Amino acid sequence: MKMSKEEFWRWPEYRHTVEGIDPTKGKVISGGVDIGSVSSKTVIMVDGEVFAQSVMRTGSSSPDSAERTMNWALENTGLTLKDVNYVVGTGYGRVNIPFAQKAITEIACHGRGANFMWGPTVRTVLDMGGQDCKAIRVDEKGKVQNFLMNDKCAAGTGRGMEVFADLLSVPIQEVGDRSLAVKEEPQSVSSTCVVFAKSEAVGLLRSGWSKDEVLAAYCQAMAHRVVDLLNRVGVEKEFVITGGIAKNIGIVKRVEKELGIQALKPDQWRGDPRFDPMLAGAAGAALFAKVLYERSQG
Amino acid sequence: MITIGIDFGAKNVKVVILNDDKIVARGSALTGFDLKIATKAASEMALKAAELKIEDIVHITETGIGQGSVDFAADSVSEVGANAKAGVKLLATARTIIDVGAEEARAVKCDETGSMEDFVVNERCAAGAGAFVEAMSRALEVELGQMGPMSLKATDAVPMNAQCTVFAESEVVSLIHNQTPKANIARAIHDAIAERVVSMVRRLGITEAVLLIGGLAYDVGFVDSMKRGLGVEVHVPEFPEYVSAYGAALVAQERVKK
Repeated sequence: MKMSKEEFWRWPEYRHTVEGIDPTKGKVISGGVDIGSVSSKTVIMVDGEVFAQSVMRTGSSSPDSAERTMNWALENTGLTLKDVNYVVGTGYGRVNIPFAQKAITEIACHGRGANFMWGPTVRTVLDMGGQDCKAIRVDEKGKVQNFLMNDKCAAGTGRGMEVFADLLSVPIQEVGDRSLAVKEEPQSVSSTCVVFAKSEAVGLLRSGWSKDEVLAAYCQAMAHRVVDLLNRVGVEKEFVITGGIAKNIGIVKRVEKELGIQALKPDQWRGDPRFDPMLAGAAGAALFAKVLYERSQG
Repeated sequence: MITIGIDFGAKNVKVVILNDDKIVARGSALTGFDLKIATKAASEMALKAAELKIEDIVHITETGIGQGSVDFAADSVSEVGANAKAGVKLLATARTIIDVGAEEARAVKCDETGSMEDFVVNERCAAGAGAFVEAMSRALEVELGQMGPMSLKATDAVPMNAQCTVFAESEVVSLIHNQTPKANIARAIHDAIAERVVSMVRRLGITEAVLLIGGLAYDVGFVDSMKRGLGVEVHVPEFPEYVSAYGAALVAQERVKK
């Protein structure tokens, strides 16, 4: 029998329909599709309220990934793509979404989506994506005022975290909790570069560190890296974290500690999937789609 | 007079035994996780080749990342100091010495006496060091030693968008999926790392002659990309990865004479 290597980086894909919304009674059905370098997300809104959503891994082709995430979101909702009045695409693959009427940058969409999900008091959004990280300043309408981005280096991104989950054979969803399970916060991993941090981690394990301690040391290094980016753009309350890494409590806690500012309701998604921070970009895109559709109807 | 130079690299420990200014033996061992064991192995290898005993050695000077951690050498010299000293000895006209190792890259500007005048270093990002080519050869499933010869057979220049080693791995995988010939991918990999090293060297200014040393100088594909990137002739000495150890051994000679 061939042994298959367990893939610890594989985070769970899912779809969800919000109960109590009848799409046939809605005036505008809008869609937001966010094709990231690592994950593809769709949010379907009925009159500006989240109705259905899906999150899955991005495949090798953006158009295929867009189609799959959209179809999955629509599954068993009674809706088909034809029923969606307007679709806005965003994310790194936004220009390759065949059924999208318009493409809008993920920076604008995350700003708008964060405003929708966590309210008009949000002023700073840290979007920690698969292959980039952005610190975004927004106004009370979720409009982008300023932003800074790292998309050159895996340090501080989801890919970097995936590499570590694999290295330590710890399922990626458990990384955050395990990194907080240490008795005492260890010294941070000193290398910024993920490749060098990996060698450093192997050395730490050999010298007797537990996996949890190594995870804590890496989460700390990663938090430090993104706080640098945040400080350069300037942080104003309220502060939220979006993107897949926002679900890693080990990162969230350490970013909060280093900034000295609490993130707004970082756990809300656990009880209510509509607040999944991975969906902020797709939600923002769906909101833009609603406005654009209404405008097109005069 | 017999001296030893030891260079602690991220990947290998290198030892050079010098009799006056003549190299009598070289030795190396994987650095691993115990510098003492690696140093002992590399030194014993060199001593055996030279048919010498440790008692015959007048002075030992070390350089590299683990300075002071092995109770073996009398003193130490900086990597850039060792690079400059040995570089000019190997090529009298050398004024810019570029050293690309497993986890570091540096460029040294020196004068005709082998004194270091200025330097730049990258020790923070794997994308500008040998670790990049190593990771890419794994993604490409080509042996590290074959990357160079393969790269020279490239028929087309394919651009690599990713800078980061981690992102570049995924890019190499998608290039393979798109049926890009492996030779062209190998060349794209060499061009990518050369571009990063060249931009680092530009901060120093390129003064000819340029000498390329360190383990990656064995890679003919990388050397070719460096020539194109720098736009000048690039000289590679014999045994490029021993140059720093050679420099340390030369410094040891000088220190005894003083």
